[in-house]
Amino acid sequence: MSRTRIQWFHFTAPANFYDLAGRLIPAFALLSVILFAMGLYLGLWVAPPDYQQGDSYRIIYIHVPVAWMSMFLYVLMAIYAGIGLIWRIKMAEVMAKSIAPTGALFTFLALWTGALWGRPTWGVYWVWDARLTSELILLFLFLGYMALHAAIEDRQRAANASAVLALVGVVNVPIIYFSVQWWNTLHQGASITVTQAPTMATIMWVTILIMFLACWMYSIAVVLARARTEILERERRARWVQERLESEKP
Amino acid sequence: MKTRQKRLMLVGFGLAALLAITALVLNAFSDNLVFFHTPSEIASNSVPLERTFRLGGLVEDNSVRRGEDGVTVHFKVTDTAKAVPVIYSGVLPNLFREGQGVVTVGQLQEDGVFRATQVMARHDEEYMPPEAAEAIKQAQRERARTVERPEGL
Repeated sequence: MSRTRIQWFHFTAPANFYDLAGRLIPAFALLSVILFAMGLYLGLWVAPPDYQQGDSYRIIYIHVPVAWMSMFLYVLMAIYAGIGLIWRIKMAEVMAKSIAPTGALFTFLALWTGALWGRPTWGVYWVWDARLTSELILLFLFLGYMALHAAIEDRQRAANASAVLALVGVVNVPIIYFSVQWWNTLHQGASITVTQAPTMATIMWVTILIMFLACWMYSIAVVLARARTEILERERRARWVQERLESEKP
Repeated sequence: MKTRQKRLMLVGFGLAALLAITALVLNAFSDNLVFFHTPSEIASNSVPLERTFRLGGLVEDNSVRRGEDGVTVHFKVTDTAKAVPVIYSGVLPNLFREGQGVVTVGQLQEDGVFRATQVMARHDEEYMPPEAAEAIKQAQRERARTVERPEGL
């Protein structure tokens, strides 16, 4: 028991995390490039056009994965923020802070690609229906989290205050997901769910899943890179940082 | 109790309370969160008729008539129980057709006709290649034919 415990907390030590992340980033980045290439090739060339929308539907290969990512990353950020708040684990705080910009990026992409698809399909770029509005609130939550973090000088107080904001915002995630079931919305219901068979051709949902995996790999690589810089900044006076920097000098 | 456990309890109770509050608020405002009203709701007078609102449903089959000026369109929006006649002049979205889901914005006139200022197409969650859609249509036609002409005729 005690041995596994030491293993578990091994990477909560900044120095160990820094080294591990440095080794993992190239692997995740490479996987991400391969999966993006595969997904885009399948989505733009191999997958057939839709019977109603023709080729304009192909934006779902970006839109659906990034929209899923925006929700997953928010929940992940809130979990890390919560762990940091309750157990005072520094690495959890670093991870929460590092996830926020990537989450905001994916949320923005989901809104943007949705607007580009909405114009030809619905006839409008934007409507204030429950799905679109709650996703916009998610973007504001990400931006608010980052702003709050940046606004407070003291590192510990900044982490605590923004963690509370992140946890409060979690309420919004089920609202986004279930909005299309709970209320009449212009946005259609989910085509791919955990419980039912997808209501789209196999090649279409497989491509969406590949793009989703590609987004995950990208997110992991970018978040780890951001966490490494954050660690260096926090621990700049620690001896291990001096040693690493010394050894990385040409 | 350790401070760590206290914080855990605090966060846990805080989140639970927040979830309960949100659920209650959303439940209370449920009517206002609806993006569009259905023809049945209009028939039962549960929609404020004097102001602009959104009417949603399917474009009824064989109900689309184009006006002589080329831009005015008459059609009926149905939820399969009730139907409301709609008049609209302007550009229709590409997906607009009979049987398609639409959301229209406008006002209900005295004569019961909904004068729309905007028509949006509503897409469903089904995506398939044209060949598959054609195959489904073909199968439906086959079925319709066998129903119309029973065996032996």
